[in-house]
Amino acid sequence: MLRRTVLALAAATLIGAPAYALDSLLNVSYDPTREFYSEFNKAFVAKWKADKGETLEIKASHGGSGKQARAVIDGIAADVVTLALAYDIDAIAEKGILAKDWQKKFPDNSAPYTSTIVFLVRKGNPKGIKDWDDLVKPGVSIITPNPKTSGGARWNYLAAWGYALKKYGSEDKAKEFVTQIFKQVPVLDTGARGSTVTFVQRNQGDVLLAWENEAYLSVKEFGDDKFEIVTPSLSILAEPPVAIVDSVVDKRGSRAAAEAYLKALYAPEGQELAAKNFYRPRSKEVADKYADKFSKVALFTIDDVFGGWQKAQKAHFGDGGVFDQIYGR
Amino acid sequence: MPPLSKTLRFREPSVIPGFGLTFGLTVTWLSVIVLIPLAAMILYASRLGFDQFIAILTAQRTLNALKLSFGIAFAAAIFNVIFGLIVAWALTRYEFPGRRIADAIVDIPFALPTAVAGIALATLYSPQGWIGQFLAPLGIQVTFTPLGILVALIFVGIPFVVRTVQPVLKDLDPELELAAASLGASRWQVIRKVIAPTLLPAILTGFALAFARAVGEYGSVIFIAGNLPNISEIAPLLIVIRLEEFRYADATAIAVIMLFVAFIMLLIINRLQRWTEARS
Amino acid sequence: MTFIEATTNRQAGFGGAEENSGPARRSDFAARAPRGAKANTETLPVRILLVLIALGFLTLFIVIPLVAVFLQAFSKGWTAYFSALTDPDAISAIRLTIIVAACSVAVNLFFGLIAAWTITKYRFPGKTLLITLIDLPFSISPVVSGLVFVLLFGLQGFFGHWLQDNDIKILFAFPAILLATIFVTFPFVARELIPLMQEQGTTEEEAALSLGASGLTTFLKVTLPNIKWGLLYGILLCNARAMGEFGAVSVVSGHIRGETNTMPLHIEILYNEYQLTAAFAVASLLALLAIVTLVLKAALERKLERKR
Repeated sequence: MLRRTVLALAAATLIGAPAYALDSLLNVSYDPTREFYSEFNKAFVAKWKADKGETLEIKASHGGSGKQARAVIDGIAADVVTLALAYDIDAIAEKGILAKDWQKKFPDNSAPYTSTIVFLVRKGNPKGIKDWDDLVKPGVSIITPNPKTSGGARWNYLAAWGYALKKYGSEDKAKEFVTQIFKQVPVLDTGARGSTVTFVQRNQGDVLLAWENEAYLSVKEFGDDKFEIVTPSLSILAEPPVAIVDSVVDKRGSRAAAEAYLKALYAPEGQELAAKNFYRPRSKEVADKYADKFSKVALFTIDDVFGGWQKAQKAHFGDGGVFDQIYGR
Repeated sequence: MPPLSKTLRFREPSVIPGFGLTFGLTVTWLSVIVLIPLAAMILYASRLGFDQFIAILTAQRTLNALKLSFGIAFAAAIFNVIFGLIVAWALTRYEFPGRRIADAIVDIPFALPTAVAGIALATLYSPQGWIGQFLAPLGIQVTFTPLGILVALIFVGIPFVVRTVQPVLKDLDPELELAAASLGASRWQVIRKVIAPTLLPAILTGFALAFARAVGEYGSVIFIAGNLPNISEIAPLLIVIRLEEFRYADATAIAVIMLFVAFIMLLIINRLQRWTEARS
Repeated sequence: MTFIEATTNRQAGFGGAEENSGPARRSDFAARAPRGAKANTETLPVRILLVLIALGFLTLFIVIPLVAVFLQAFSKGWTAYFSALTDPDAISAIRLTIIVAACSVAVNLFFGLIAAWTITKYRFPGKTLLITLIDLPFSISPVVSGLVFVLLFGLQGFFGHWLQDNDIKILFAFPAILLATIFVTFPFVARELIPLMQEQGTTEEEAALSLGASGLTTFLKVTLPNIKWGLLYGILLCNARAMGEFGAVSVVSGHIRGETNTMPLHIEILYNEYQLTAAFAVASLLALLAIVTLVLKAALERKLERKR
């Protein structure tokens, strides 16, 4: 009996060990980046091996952006975070786990690729959804994740708000519009991927509010005989940022590798992979090359309409914010 | 727990050695794995202060989640009592082809991981699924509605009523029934006056077990429920969501209430079981 | 309380095997009332109806979901099935699940024996409370079981900073997954043994001791042989639950691919990556485990029955 216990403990130590080894990096990311990072990681590992002759393993964890940030705050040993929005990384920085000025450490607000919010509808667009106004028509059922836990959902919400604010010109009207949207939501998943599965695989709802890349991926995965992408007249420029988790890399001595990893996202190869996975690349050359892949859409930024993430988060998604009011806490 | 030395003195003498060692180990291990973690959670909740604690629990969304969890767990347990009784009755009283297999599969929900049950049920009851396709034309939607939660909770609760009622039914003295019948009682009267009172404690125990299990169920429910606040969001899911929103206080407050209910349910079940034993 | 005791009662009272093999068994036709209780049963139509309801209920809620798991798993053929199971992430999930289950079974076995011994071989005040506390993890929501470890070992929790300063990883790593699994499977072995050992009383042990055997020898030579089948039974149930735990592990795992994903968590991930067939392929392994567990359990029940 005792021997078994000792063996069990020994096994526990063995399994626990890889977390400390310096031959790996952990990337804690958000939901729809699964396919992109699985390709990018392979490319980076090959490049690292060619350049340095070392075998590096990239580990990944995916989930709703807020939930992933929570895991980092609770101490998951992420070397880098690649989340859906700046606020979630700010929340980590607030706990002193990474530097407060993280957004200045990499080019373009530390967002190596951008995206926007589009609509995914069923083939033939049976409900005739062309723009945001069509969403609140009676009988339209909308699928979006929970903005409290999902970064994509927050972009969805803010895109709708920004559109209504511009069209109707008042905060009250915008609130009414967004409230109406959520009244027509039958399923509220905790992450963007959960919502996509609900829409495409379980056939719920008439329209999915989705990341552009997630929508394209669904069409690619399930065929354009099943789904169509509708680009609204106005949407939000979504900047999913990346950052190094300082307290972890300093402890593990993995800063150099982590920095190389994130920098590779900006390199032509990384940008190409991003574009192939339907993220809008930052690099002009790559963007031009893949220009026909992305439809033209008027985009506003979160700074334009909401005065930045901190303000938007507080007013809309914080305790007692607008979203809480919509769902009565 | 009184100090060990005192307990030792109070312990009735026995020739079997090792009480101090085994009792100490038991209590220590129990404390490390179960009691200290639970105490830490209660301590965490107690830092909230009474007003905040009450405010969290009486928030509309929390109330709705608790109502949903308890309400549907209750409905599922009732459902399981009815069908569990029929299953137990058929399994003990009648001989029919496939009876042994039927008896064995009653335990499947114990052994089948909840996540497996969750994806299987969600796939079956979706409008395109094997079962869902027959319900959809009737306007019944199961997945992503409270009905879906009910289906999942019925699944996890099936064995409890069957397995508590079965042994009592088996031990029921046939002489009693024969005697009642020979005295002119109709079959229905025999069931009502002789069988039902004997079974009652076991039925209540089974109900309580199924209910206690269903209230806390998470894995199978999240795949099939819509997870919509106020409508199809169960209390354990709300705990997870609060945790993911960094709202530890909310998560802990709801968890403490669930813990409290679990403890009360255990006390009730213990009572019921003693009653069952006394009856049979 | 709990189903374990319920099933133990069942061993004493029920036992599908013994009933079938007696002289009462003649031919199987629908809803025959057993053992010549002629006047004292329901009419044939009622019997048939009740049997059909029972079978219909079990089919709808148990058989169909179980069959669906296997059919979905093989819906794209054997090749897809095996490639889903030989994927590196799947293999690492299977390995982690087996190690976690083995460790928690070993730990709970050790503790369960000691606890059952304490509770059944001595009389002391507070015994009922002790039993209730051992039972507690049964009726606690798995989510709460996970949460307590986040509150203890999370960076924002009680020991978080101390653990970080000392470079000890618990949360989002193997130790927390193991702790959460031990927590939820805590009562399984003990609850299985307590009724069994209670029934056996202390006379045999007292006899051995009076003949000069030491405490440990008495335990190994007298107690253990008496309870070995019950013990196996407890291990079986403990293992099934340990391998299948989802809620508690999900809260503490961190979902790192190839590292902290157990099989149930891997199923959820595949399910969310449009790989329905692969999700069901991994699920079919766990379903198979459930079936094997029940078959072994039936065999053990027969053994226990024979011992009595």
